[in-house]
Amino acid sequence: MNETLVIAGREFKSRLIVGTGKYSSFAVMQRAHEASGADMVTVAVRRVNISDRSKESLLDYIDTRRIALLPNTAGCYTADDAVRTARLGREAGLSNWVKLEVIGDEKTLFPDNEELLVATRILVKEGFVVLPYTTDDPVVCRKLEDAGAAAVMPLGAPIGSGLGIQNPNNIRIIREQARVPIILDAGVGTASDAAIAMELGADGVLMNTAIAEAQDPIAMAESMKLAVQAGRLAYRAGRMGRRMYASASSPLAGVVK
Amino acid sequence: MTIILNGDRVEVAGPLTLSALLVHLGVDARRVAVEHNLNVVKRASYDSTQIQDGDQIEIVNFVGGGSTP
Repeated sequence: MNETLVIAGREFKSRLIVGTGKYSSFAVMQRAHEASGADMVTVAVRRVNISDRSKESLLDYIDTRRIALLPNTAGCYTADDAVRTARLGREAGLSNWVKLEVIGDEKTLFPDNEELLVATRILVKEGFVVLPYTTDDPVVCRKLEDAGAAAVMPLGAPIGSGLGIQNPNNIRIIREQARVPIILDAGVGTASDAAIAMELGADGVLMNTAIAEAQDPIAMAESMKLAVQAGRLAYRAGRMGRRMYASASSPLAGVVK
Repeated sequence: MTIILNGDRVEVAGPLTLSALLVHLGVDARRVAVEHNLNVVKRASYDSTQIQDGDQIEIVNFVGGGSTP
């Protein structure tokens, strides 16, 4: 199975995109990235700590020749802040890709879709490849696509919750209407959640906490790689129909009586 | 002179260029992005960007993260 994920004309070998936060160490993160097979990772844009410059740099642990960096606008609550952060991320990473997040609520970290749309329009106009993190709302996804988003990233459940996909039917509807790739972002807790996302027709899955907070992040990263592959293959294979009652799989004739 | 650096008021000997400020702070220019009075400064322009009294400077880099916060 060598079909690839293509976003904005760029090809990715893996349909799994992973984060770089919450790991016990950069070394563990690096090994988890390897085990995941991901060739794109998200990074956050933050103020440099001026008084303490001793800390190691995240970038020492990411092989950027093999792995694409996807700067995010995590922590932004307005379109203005998200646009500023995206521009800084472009300069720091020398790439015009951005995972656009505009948060609307501290407790749920649900996106503010109104601000998200405003920021998407501005950044698309400035030549960014915009991947917006959104609620699992088919109407919002359509609006984002119309605004020029290169992909849509509906959530499965709140960020870091590990609750799995709460509204599979919405993901199915988004699949049916979307003409850009769908990356399920947030809510995955374990491998079966990732497989379900792919079986529903997502083109990819983005996760951070499910790997970083696993007892063994490296083993979980590998399980996610396999789950995404299995789910994709099942989606393409086309599952059987559901029946209310049993349907024997052995012949009914010739039974010894 | 006083500048606002990453949200804090900081005293620096001025006037100086953005390049000189980064050297003064011990920041590796290749791994950061800089905003000067709300405009992102291209790396090629660090030498020619003059910092004035009262200027607002943001210096950022990439840190680990998946989603908020």
